[in-house]
Amino acid sequence: MGPTAATSAPSLRARIDAALARRGVTAALKAVILALGLFPVGWIGGALVFDPLLLGANPAETIVRTTGERALQFLIYSLAITPLRRITGINGLIKFRRMLGLFAFFYAALHLSSYVGFDRFFVLDEILKDVVKRPFVTVGFLAFLLMTPLAVTSTQGWIRRLGPSAWTRLHRAAYAVAALGVVHHWWLARRDFVWPSIHLVAVVAVLGWRVLDARRRRIRRKRDGRAA
Amino acid sequence: MPVTRIPSVPPSEITPREVWLNRRSLMAGMAGAIAGAAWPGASEAAPVIEPLVAPRNPGFAPKDAATDRKLATSYNNFYEFGTDKADPARYAPGMKVRPWTVEVTGEVAKPRVFGIEELLKFALEERVYRFRCVEAWSMVIPWVGFELNKLAAAVEPTSRAKYVIFTTALKREEMPGVRTPVPVIDWPYVEGLRIDEAMHPLTLLTLGMYGETLPNQNGAPVRLVVPWKYGFKSAKSLVRIEFAENRPTSSWTKAAAHEYGFFSNVNPNVDHPRWSQRRERLLPSIFASRETEMFNGYAEQVAPLYAGMDLKANF
Repeated sequence: MGPTAATSAPSLRARIDAALARRGVTAALKAVILALGLFPVGWIGGALVFDPLLLGANPAETIVRTTGERALQFLIYSLAITPLRRITGINGLIKFRRMLGLFAFFYAALHLSSYVGFDRFFVLDEILKDVVKRPFVTVGFLAFLLMTPLAVTSTQGWIRRLGPSAWTRLHRAAYAVAALGVVHHWWLARRDFVWPSIHLVAVVAVLGWRVLDARRRRIRRKRDGRAA
Repeated sequence: MPVTRIPSVPPSEITPREVWLNRRSLMAGMAGAIAGAAWPGASEAAPVIEPLVAPRNPGFAPKDAATDRKLATSYNNFYEFGTDKADPARYAPGMKVRPWTVEVTGEVAKPRVFGIEELLKFALEERVYRFRCVEAWSMVIPWVGFELNKLAAAVEPTSRAKYVIFTTALKREEMPGVRTPVPVIDWPYVEGLRIDEAMHPLTLLTLGMYGETLPNQNGAPVRLVVPWKYGFKSAKSLVRIEFAENRPTSSWTKAAAHEYGFFSNVNPNVDHPRWSQRRERLLPSIFASRETEMFNGYAEQVAPLYAGMDLKANF
């Protein structure tokens, strides 16, 4: 048994996993994700300093839209990690999930604050009216509220404090956040549903995969239980 | 004695006169073909932008300076060319605006088809109007045109004319936005005004902006400008103006009746379901720091049109 495993070449998956186990490789990949993740905010910040019109004739609209879309997209990436791990068998992918999730929260916070400042000019009663009266704002606001505890409890310390199973249960709320995000995007779209549709399909795919996977495991567990 | 040899040109190589005269459009055609390779939808026709200078009417000068021309011609809603604000500037230059005719018809004594050259012969003036989009942004634009009531005088509306219906051109070949598998709105774009609104001196049949003929993305060669209403009421690239007895359903009302009413007057007290209309962003400002004015600041002139009307019900 042992000799065959030793002589056959390790699979691609095993090699990737081995590489991801090395601290240097993960650190380098994390640096790449960090740079890519910071690119949109860097571009926006640079444009605001040098020439806001680089962001188009309505820079604020570009900022609110871009940050909102990035938030939802990073959330989808973070939710895609588990299905990808299971499908490919590359467990090391888990190392990037927290970072992706925190980027989602970072862009959601920028999205909310640019709406509050640029669109509503910090006028509190108008903001409250929006949240109460406009369903798409209500939903977006709920999504942000729900995201906040997830961002706070994303650290190793919090995983330890809550215990892994409670932590996992809490962080399933990320799916609810993603669903709210898609609804928020859908309801504010006017006539062009290309990107809202892409986001919808992506969220349905990751969530659907999780549901099917859970059912598959339940059936397997039951069968194994009977066999034993 | 130096001999200068005058080269003789064989007749076969002489450029025909019409080709010589059309060299600009030929070059534009080539540029269009190159652009067309990069952007499907941009066609070979060159946009016709010429100087169109008219005396400025000093009665219309808002306190704000006119928006930068580049901005007003690069950030547009003209869904026939796509739903992105940059689409019209990208694709509309491919639309041919000559020859162009506007059919004026319906409840009129003398229905008539106007060539664009005839419209340009009306006494034009420049007016600087505030322009407020339903999406809560605004600009200040120097338009060149004439009062729509002058056109009406030429066709003599009958007593049955209670509304005026405006129809935008529908040119499938030149408008990528109307070729989407699912129509974005029910083409062609149709807008309407009550007759007293249409005949109000503020309502401008517009042929130019910034001292030039209209760029295609802004509704060349002729559009409507109704400054006290949200921008979508000011239909672009008109091919038909019909005087009618019955109220038409405008395109946006058809698309979403609870969002876009027939009147669509700028009104900070009536919210749109998506946008609070209390404030606006005067582009290119980043902050929506400006409070929207009743009838976009033209209340003095137009409020009497709506005396006794419930503007919340008739939004």
